[in-house]
Amino acid sequence: MPTPKRKLLQGNIACVQGALYAGMRFFAGYPITPSTELAEGSSRELPKIGGRFIQMEDEIASIAAVIGASVSGLKSMTATSGPGYSLMVELIGYAYITETPCVIVNVQRGGPSTGLPTKVSQSDTMQARWGTHGDYTAIAVAPSTVADTVTETIRAFNLAERFRTPVTVLLDEVIGHSRELITLPEPGEVKIYNRVKPTVPPEQFVPFVMTPNGVSPMASYGEGYRYNVTGLTHDTMGFSTNRADEIFPKLDKLRNKIMNYTDEITKIRVEMMDDAEIAFIAYGSVARASLQAATLARQAGVKVGVIQLYTIWPFPDKEIQQLTERCKAVIVGELNMGQIVTEIRRILPRELPIHTMQRYDGDILTPMQLLEKLQEVL
Amino acid sequence: MKNLMDKIVLPSDRFEMRLSGSGGQGMVLAAVIFSEAVGFGSSKNVAQTQSYGPEARGGASKSDVVVSPSEIFYPKAIKLDLLLAMTQEALDSYYSALKDHGILIIDDVLVTHVPTDDYYGLPFTRLAREECGHIMVANVIALAAIAEITGLVGREALEQAVLARAPRGTEDKNKKAIEVGIREAAKLKAKRKKK
Repeated sequence: MPTPKRKLLQGNIACVQGALYAGMRFFAGYPITPSTELAEGSSRELPKIGGRFIQMEDEIASIAAVIGASVSGLKSMTATSGPGYSLMVELIGYAYITETPCVIVNVQRGGPSTGLPTKVSQSDTMQARWGTHGDYTAIAVAPSTVADTVTETIRAFNLAERFRTPVTVLLDEVIGHSRELITLPEPGEVKIYNRVKPTVPPEQFVPFVMTPNGVSPMASYGEGYRYNVTGLTHDTMGFSTNRADEIFPKLDKLRNKIMNYTDEITKIRVEMMDDAEIAFIAYGSVARASLQAATLARQAGVKVGVIQLYTIWPFPDKEIQQLTERCKAVIVGELNMGQIVTEIRRILPRELPIHTMQRYDGDILTPMQLLEKLQEVL
Repeated sequence: MKNLMDKIVLPSDRFEMRLSGSGGQGMVLAAVIFSEAVGFGSSKNVAQTQSYGPEARGGASKSDVVVSPSEIFYPKAIKLDLLLAMTQEALDSYYSALKDHGILIIDDVLVTHVPTDDYYGLPFTRLAREECGHIMVANVIALAAIAEITGLVGREALEQAVLARAPRGTEDKNKKAIEVGIREAAKLKAKRKKK
């Protein structure tokens, strides 16, 4: 029987729907293929609910506006593709050090530079971790279907608010432009997290106060809480410092508030791994090809499973190590020249063969290509 | 295992189709409408993708639709169950992706060289112009023919999906297009049965 609430949605529009569900009230962006529908969708939907959409003059201004809106108390998002993300990275660093929650969607296309505007890629995976300079800990999530895009975008907002940090949603051209029939979550069905606000009166407010979990309550500009926001390394009052006893704690805070809570952040999908001798490890659209390939290989009697990464950063070291303990080999498919595989090499024992399947011609890996690689490995 | 590829059996519960033609013939829109019709008429899953880029402006343009009662892993076609080719170039580009005994549907005015006898040929563009008053609805005639030949979507669900996307003032042309597509495809089906 038909399910009346199902809708045919494009991945980029599903991302907008997820953001609205999570409470997005501000979007600033500069259109770029293959992310443009995110700006279009936000510009249509936000005014209907009292939110604001601004098309800025470029991506630098876009992320600046997003940070400003978030400091004013609005859940904020921008969307772009590789070239735009490259322009944004300086101010994404500003969001890290000022601990400003925001969501940056990167619908990946081929690069470097203007690259392949309409073609799929996963070559910004490392950029999402190391894009801006300095020491910081990044969070990035990677949906693989239109339905995932809704839940992962909601999760991105929740993580941003929970940890007071920018979060990157790594989409790719195939997911962004695919349409699938999905049912959007009902109000109340998915938990929404809002930033912790100060409970002390304004005169006692310490904007970057050390707390047990490392996250300081965040006041919104305009509510009477006056404080300084700067990209300079700062003390708990938000003023710049050169003192070792203030620099260490600030930088440790940026790391520990995330790394001490990876259990809240890590999300993976595990399929057919119970007795698997070989594991496909993948994310984004390649995870779909891997699931297809593994299902077909199982029917042919091969003990193969799939570990799909929904959280890319922080990297799920422990989970992958445990799941592959009894494997004889792993196969890592990616739409780049080998990015996430470097993390897998870092965490897995030297004796375990790690095979790669890399495609960077602007098309996605097919199940048949992964099966041919599997045949070679067997 | 050196013969793994020989042992692979493609999933039987996936129905994969590709609508192809040249930029401007409405192949992507037709795929979107078909996907919505599946949603209106069943609880099956659908994934619709397209090739997108310079070739979407003239040249070969294509959109894939995968329909399955179970979770759709790979969103694009692996091996086609159905190919609609509205131009010779589209047929030449994608015929090799069609399964043995897959369903081939062509515009038999615009496509003249067909590498098989096993196909459904209808003059979609001519039917659109002569019976519906505008070539714009050739894609809707083709959709109706696909619905009739495959039984994947019913007439009601297709009509609902087409009218939800049709610009105001073109409702009658589109309804007529569905009628023509179903009628002509039914004739072809009957002819094949006799053979």
